[in-house]
Amino acid sequence: MAPQGVRPGGVLSPGAPPAQTDGKKQKGRAHMSTNRHVLGWLQAAPLAAILLAFLIAPIVMIVIVSFWGATEFSIYPAFQFDNYEFLFGSPVTYRVFLATFKYALITWALTLVIGFTVAYFLAFHVRSLTMQVALFLICTIPFWTSNIIRMISWIPFLGRNGIANQTLISWGVIDEPLEWLLYSDFSVLLAFVHLYTLFMVVPIFNTMMRIDKSLLEAARDAGASGFQTLVHIIIPLTKPGIMIGTIFVVTLVMGDFITVRFMSGSQRANVGRLISNDIGLLQYPSAAATAVVLLCTVLIVIAILLRFVNIRKEL
Amino acid sequence: MTKLAKPKAGYTRRALLRTGGAALAASALPAPMLWAQDTKDIVLRQFGTGVSNLNDVANKVKEDLGFTLEMTALDSDSVTQRAATQPDSFDIADIEYWICKKVWPTGNLQAMDTSRIANYDKIVGIFRDGKLTPESEIAQGTAPHTVGFVDGPGGTTFADSETGWMTLIPTIYNADTLGIRPDLIGRPIRNWSELLNPEFQGKASILDISSIGIMDMAMVCESMGEITYGDKGNMTREEIDQTMAIFTEAKRNGQFRAFWKTFDESVNLMASGEVVIQSMWSPAITAVKSRGIPCVYQPLEEGYRSWGGGIGLSNSLSGMELDAAYDYINWYLSGWVGGYLMRQGYYSAVPETSKAFMSENEWGYWFEGKEATDVITSPGGDALAQAGDVRDGGSFYDRMGAVACWNAVMDENQYMVRKWNEFIAA
Repeated sequence: MAPQGVRPGGVLSPGAPPAQTDGKKQKGRAHMSTNRHVLGWLQAAPLAAILLAFLIAPIVMIVIVSFWGATEFSIYPAFQFDNYEFLFGSPVTYRVFLATFKYALITWALTLVIGFTVAYFLAFHVRSLTMQVALFLICTIPFWTSNIIRMISWIPFLGRNGIANQTLISWGVIDEPLEWLLYSDFSVLLAFVHLYTLFMVVPIFNTMMRIDKSLLEAARDAGASGFQTLVHIIIPLTKPGIMIGTIFVVTLVMGDFITVRFMSGSQRANVGRLISNDIGLLQYPSAAATAVVLLCTVLIVIAILLRFVNIRKEL
Repeated sequence: MTKLAKPKAGYTRRALLRTGGAALAASALPAPMLWAQDTKDIVLRQFGTGVSNLNDVANKVKEDLGFTLEMTALDSDSVTQRAATQPDSFDIADIEYWICKKVWPTGNLQAMDTSRIANYDKIVGIFRDGKLTPESEIAQGTAPHTVGFVDGPGGTTFADSETGWMTLIPTIYNADTLGIRPDLIGRPIRNWSELLNPEFQGKASILDISSIGIMDMAMVCESMGEITYGDKGNMTREEIDQTMAIFTEAKRNGQFRAFWKTFDESVNLMASGEVVIQSMWSPAITAVKSRGIPCVYQPLEEGYRSWGGGIGLSNSLSGMELDAAYDYINWYLSGWVGGYLMRQGYYSAVPETSKAFMSENEWGYWFEGKEATDVITSPGGDALAQAGDVRDGGSFYDRMGAVACWNAVMDENQYMVRKWNEFIAA
């Protein structure tokens, strides 16, 4: 969750006072400017206070606790590196981080292709605005029900004796039920793609709608093929949307634990699972240490992503 | 915090008026009226694992004893944490014996005077001297009697024998083993080692609760002949490493279809045929069977992994609430709850009082291991067994007499927990 919160915090700089204009009256100018200065701070204060209380403070707390020690049922203040030592000393950690990246990368690629296609269809193939809005709303229908329910409903579908296997057997496509349909990387990725594609569709659709249609006409007039228009006009202009969608999907997948737990039947793990296991076993300091490492990783990933596109400029 | 907010034995204006009115109306009996009023206002807060935190019990308490019992169900780890760190958040702790071993030294629970327990003498030997019958051998792990007594009201260390001061009043216990789908396996299963048999690759499961899972693992490893434990209930670091290594390898080889954490998950895994052999709890078997799917709680040669729970009283209980708590305990052991629990496949600490609350057929099936003479139904009304069926594992003495180890908490618990987390993530 935290990485998502970081984004608005990073984009908006709450402390900046509104730009000062030259006052016409010389008299009391200094007074005015102090006033404006104070006013600016005051205007920014509510947001700053909220971010401080609900974003900065918890993160600071997590960092502090990550150095604490734990007994079986309590945690005690200390300043020790045990948790980090154990974390970096275990080969499981590296494997799990690798798995987390793998999930994020594959989910990103799939949601991008699907999301881009859907958005492209909505933005450029559907001509009437009413139709666009209607189709867009249809995309959101699955989101009327809870995340967990959408995910869990895959389980009876994909199971050994589930609908998918039974259908395939009755069609004669397979003789034996496919084991890898459920409780595997496949089912985890399927659920991720299902859950998060919309987060790709929305921002991409949004930026596509803002592309000036005359640009496309100009490209066509200049003799560009459909593919050339796509590569040279649409994709570059859609980059901010793609980037926002990417940030959504990557942070959601990297922070997820429940999808991996249910869809893999606890047979696979990502970093979120590591943290939730620790919390379940009352090892809060160890969970905090893992969370800190995950947070840093995600922030680095986002920093790299932001190098490619200046979202602030494009919004 | 909640304690302050609650009118416990409060003389509010309204209550006084009501009592006053009643006293005026029936001035011959003012005292009992007042007493009834007070009892009615008492609220006891009980928390524990889901097993025995049943709303039916709370309703029956209200009906029979008059006071209110508030139930909170949590998982074992949260129960432990709460009992150890928030003594004022509960009046009655419904915990397992291994949790008691962890929590008692914190001084948050108070010992109970056995002379105030009416049915104390009828409590099964397992909870008193550790022996089911005089010939029984005591199993490994945290056997209930080893943490069942302290020297006096303020005692913080456990006593070796019955002292008249009990830490927990036993309420519910059972012997756990592996659950199997006989229709999908098609051959007899006799040993714990079958869990890791490659024949069941991708069709096995184990529970993802470290303190219990590790014991099931130990039963399996010992049965395979891979490891001989000094005490399964108190492993050394080497033993933990070896055990985890065997299971991690099996996991990487795809032995397990899934791990389960909640009761419902274990039922679904078994009922859907995803899994044919797995660690399971007795009522989960019952739940699978009640869907008309064959499922056996397979008795195994190495014996059972057993567990027991009991009620402990918060140290802050005193006066009228303490009296109410004793009333509750005496009521608990007087049979109704026992009958209710035994019809789910658990055992009651005082089986003979439960007998009065069960039909002869039920008693014969659940306790004596006899053939059912008629349909056996769960407390919810689902048919669990037909006439002629016999309980898996047989009678009470056959099952509880074959306990190989008790759920336990180890000295190396912290280490084990970390290793367990690695196993789950491996």
